[in-house]
This record gives sequence, C-alpha cells and structure tokens, in this order.
Amino acid sequence: MLQIKGLRAGIEDREILKGINLDIKPGEVHAIMGPNGSGKSTLASVLAGKEDYEVTGGSVTFEGKDLLELAPEERAGEGIFLSFQYPVEIPGLSTTNFMKTAVNEIRKYRGQEELDAVSFLKKMKEKMALVEIDQSMLSRSLNEGFSGGEKKRNEIFQMAMLEPRLAILDETDSGLDIDAIRIVANGVNKLRTPENGILVITHYQRLLDYIIPDFVHVLYNGRIVKSGTKELAYELEERGYDFIKSELA
Amino acid sequence: MDTITYFKDRFEKLQGQQLDSRLKALRDGAFTEFEQTGIPTVKHEEWKYTRINDFFNKDYHFTTDLKEQQFQAAELQPFLLPGHENANSIVFINGHYHPEHSVLRSEELEIISLETAAHNQYAPVVEEHLGHSADYHKDGINALNTAFIQEGVFIHIQKGKTVNHPVYIYNVTDARAGNIFAQPRALVHVGENAQVEILETFVTIGTDESFTNQVFEIAVEENAVLNLCKIQNDAANSTIVSTTHVHQVGKSVANVVTVSLSGGLVRNNLNMVMSAPYCEANLSGLYLQSGHTHVDNHTVVDNRQPNCLSNELYKGIMNGHSTGVFNGKIFVRQIAQKTNAYQTNKNILLSGDATVNTKPQLEIFADDVKCSHGCTVGRLDEDALFYLKARGISDATARALLLHGFALDVLEKIGSEDVRAYVNALVTASLKLD
Repeated sequence: MLQIKGLRAGIEDREILKGINLDIKPGEVHAIMGPNGSGKSTLASVLAGKEDYEVTGGSVTFEGKDLLELAPEERAGEGIFLSFQYPVEIPGLSTTNFMKTAVNEIRKYRGQEELDAVSFLKKMKEKMALVEIDQSMLSRSLNEGFSGGEKKRNEIFQMAMLEPRLAILDETDSGLDIDAIRIVANGVNKLRTPENGILVITHYQRLLDYIIPDFVHVLYNGRIVKSGTKELAYELEERGYDFIKSELA
Repeated sequence: MDTITYFKDRFEKLQGQQLDSRLKALRDGAFTEFEQTGIPTVKHEEWKYTRINDFFNKDYHFTTDLKEQQFQAAELQPFLLPGHENANSIVFINGHYHPEHSVLRSEELEIISLETAAHNQYAPVVEEHLGHSADYHKDGINALNTAFIQEGVFIHIQKGKTVNHPVYIYNVTDARAGNIFAQPRALVHVGENAQVEILETFVTIGTDESFTNQVFEIAVEENAVLNLCKIQNDAANSTIVSTTHVHQVGKSVANVVTVSLSGGLVRNNLNMVMSAPYCEANLSGLYLQSGHTHVDNHTVVDNRQPNCLSNELYKGIMNGHSTGVFNGKIFVRQIAQKTNAYQTNKNILLSGDATVNTKPQLEIFADDVKCSHGCTVGRLDEDALFYLKARGISDATARALLLHGFALDVLEKIGSEDVRAYVNALVTASLKLD
C-alpha cells in the first residue's frame, strides 16, 4: 500500500533523509528504530505532509497515488494518520468538536455523507472505551494541560475515530509509563486488520513488546541500514545502536 | 456652515429653552471646554492612533433632528437582538431616546429624561455622578456630549431588585437623508443589591456619514451586580466613539464584555472606577476586523480603595488592512493596598497589511499589590494548523477553528446564553476566511 523509493528530504539546506526505501503491504506492521537524529521523525512528518520539509528526491506512492502531490488534509482523506510525537495544545477547541469536524471533512473528501449527531456520539463512546478515556477529557480544550499519557491516548483515540488505512506512530511511547503504554498499544492492536498498515517509529524496543512488528528497520543517518524481523529489535535493545555503527564502519 | 458653528448654533438654541435647569452649569462648562480644547487630533496622547477630526473638518451638513420622527418601528426589526421578545428595549435614534420605539417590561427599571431626574428625587444621584467621566477624558469630544446633556436619559434600577428581563439598548443612527452626528447620553444607576444585564448595540441605517459620540455613565451601588455587553457590528459608513464609565461606589461586581466585529471606525473608552474596597471588575474584549476598519479600545481601571480585583482580557484578530489599538491603563492609588489587577492583550495578525498598537500603562502608588500585564502580537500557529490539517481538516476550516478557539475565552464571558449564541454565530460567520 505504501512504497517509498529513494526518498530524500531536508530542512533548509540540510539533508536529513538520504534515500529511504520502504515497502509496506496491507496487514503489515513495520517498526523503524534508530538513534536520536537519524531522521525518524522527519520521515513521519514528510509522510504526513509537513511543509517545513522539502522533498529533494525519490517518490512516495500510497494506494497507487503520488502522496507527495497531496496536501496534508488530502493525505488524511486518503487514509494516512500520523500520531504526533508532540501533540499540539489547541486552546478553545474541544476534542469532540475537533473530531466531529475531522470525521466529517474526511467523509466529505471520500464523497460520503456527514455523520449525524447520534451516529457520531455512538462512535465516540465506542472508541473512548478502547483507549480508556472519559467524556470530560474530550470536552476540554484539545491537549491543553493534558499529561503526556493523556495526550498520547488522545492521539490513539483520534486514530480510532478516523480509522486510517495506514497509521504512523511517531514515538508514541516516549514519556509514557508501562500502564499508559499498555493502554495505547491495546488501542493500536484493536485497529490491526488484514487491510491496514502500521508504521511504528520508536527509539526503544519496549513498545514492540506490545505492538509486535512483522518487520524492523534501523534508520541511521538518513538511510535504512538494516532490516529484519522482531528479533532485530531485541538485538538492538541488548547491544545498543553502537553495534550498527561499528558494522557500518 | 462649519461643524463648530453648527454646534454653537444648536447649543445656543437649547440654552435659550432651559434657562433654569440644574444641568445648566454642567453643560455650560462642557461647551466652554469643547470650544477651548476642540475635537482631539492625533497630537493628543490619548488619540495618537485614532483620527476622528477629519470628520469634523469636512464641511458637513447635519440633518435636523426632525427626520427621526418619521422613523418606523418596522425599520428596526432587522436589527433586533435575539431574545428581544423577552427584553426591555431602550431605543435611541440619532442620539435621542424614543419611548414610542422602546419597551419596558420590568417594574424595577425606570427611565426618565436627565432633565427630569435632575429636578426630582434622583437629583442627588445626578449631582454626584453625571459628568464624572470627564475626570478621565480631558478632550473636546467628551465635553461635546456633555454640552448637550439635556437630551440624555436617566435609567434607574431599583435597589434590592434583580431586573427580570435583560435591558437591550439600541443606538440607531438614521443616515438615509443626510449626515448624522448622534450623541446618546445616559446615566444608569444600579441601586444597592440590584442586579441587571445590559446589552447594547449600534445600528446605522442609510449610507450617509454617521458619527455616534456616546457617553454612558453607570453608578453601581453596594452589593450590586452589573453585566454589560457591548456589540459593535455596524456599517462601514459609521464612526463610533463609545464611552462607558462604570463607577463602583460600593462593594460590587461589574462585568463588561465588548465585541467589535465591524464598523468604519470604533473607539471605545471603558473606565472602571473602583471607589469602594472589595470591588470586582472583569473587562473582556474581542475585536475581529478586516477591510479598512479601525478599532481602538482604551481602558482604565482605577483602584481608589484597597482589596479590589480586576481581570482584563482583550483579544484581537486583524485581517486585511485593518488597524487596531489597545491601551490599558491601571491606576493603583496609594491607599489601594492589596489590589489585584491583571491585564492581558493578545492579537493575531492574519495579513501583512494589518496592524495593532498595544500599550499597557500601569501607574502604581501602593506597595502591597499584585499587578500583571502582558501583550502579544503574532500570527496563527503553524504547528497547530498542521496538526488540524493532518486530521483531514481543510486549510480554511482549520484556520477558522483555531481563531474561534482563540476568541472563545472572551465569548464565554458573555453572561446571557441567547446573546452568547448570537455573538458566537456572528464570530463564526466572519471567520469564514478565504
């Protein structure tokens, strides 16, 4: 469903991604691991369409469409979802209102009718249970004053509401305690279907105990330098990223 | 006829009619003040960014007051505020109170001419409070209104009563047959333990020039609660100078929300004078401008006694070539220990051609006080915009949602649910950005 070929991108004059190749098929869970500064979050942002980054080469195809030609909102309409590493605080906009707008704009993009209030509320209730958040949190200003765990749970709640084809989780585990990781991972796993793809970006192996990947890739200095199965994640955890560096040297 | 001669003529005509009035000394003094100081120009410190004298320099012919007699009730219909079926309505047309277009539903509310009030049981109140705003406005435009004070009204809210219906005040100018200079004037007296909700709006009908120079003075007695919401959503040919002077003479609460959405030029003077200990004042403002409009909010919070609290929050969203001014003064007198005074002004500029001048001005003479102020001028947060767009929300909708969120805490200060929904709808409509 997603083919990344020779993707190069950077910010201002600095090249961060130096030729990424990645192929995700429906039903697969891929994990990208790598040391700080290797380009993990840049990859997530470029896929979601953040304008700060300039794509200088390569291609990204999603379900046969040239993803790089699409605006961020169109990518979401096509079924791409990015769970932000640092969800933005939006004063004066409740999660409920935010999701009502997002769900309906995406439906409009897909030529579907807007959800009526009853169906929307029903859907909300269902997904709230999934990530164990309550109504009061959804009525508050989006992410404002939320703890790290609440923000990430809210991201997964949004993901559940929008039902993406491809979910990209950017460091969703960072700053979370074990209980929060379990809740978040549970939410993600419930959304795992033979049709959907998941790209998990993480620094540590521990999230992969809960979201078990089919493939693990190591991103280093803007390139995928090693790919393997979930065992690679354990190896990285045990030996640290230095062994990759020394292998490359 | 030039404008000054026009005012002089009118003034002399009125003088001849009411020789024995108790208001005579006040208006004579004011007219002298007007003649001496004139209409403020941008050289006046308080009017640096707001130019109103152009209006008076043009050789305008002002229509006579007779036109308004032809005003039909139906003409006001499209401008009526939501909930009007259940509200007291006070209608000023071209600066004059019109009982035949007004509706009084609450017994606790009394409205009479200032001239009458100055000579009946309310004389002491009139004596004490009428013209008090001049202490805060040393300029000819305030004096000009006072010079014609006999055309104003006295609104009395009985002590111990909660006015059961809100009070809607319509400041109408009928500029269909000539340029209009209107000077609504009112003295509002909120008695002890009384509570009132006032909502006022400005309406210009017709396409000739319309200038409203309004002065409302409000005296708030012990344990009274004043809720005032001012909505300005007027036509491009309108100029409004609106002075609201709230004098808290007893321990009381005053909440004032000012929402300026459109209009050619708007200058609001809002004074909160706290002359008793333990007063509370909340001043909130939202200005949302586009095109070539200009909006200026000058506020004064004067802490004259200890232990008072004031919260001030003004927010602006400026688009097109619009210009905005915020000037917030806080005085803490030497005796006013334990004052808590907070002020915030935040602005978002949506266009490179829009400007805002913001200036906090704190003068603190007491040493045991908590005062804070902060102002920001910025653009829409790009990270927030991307976050919304990444969820499938279009650029225009995402901007509108963020701006609405920015404005929301001011909108939430509007007490009446009807009015809040109404203003919210106006704001949402004007946020439908290109």
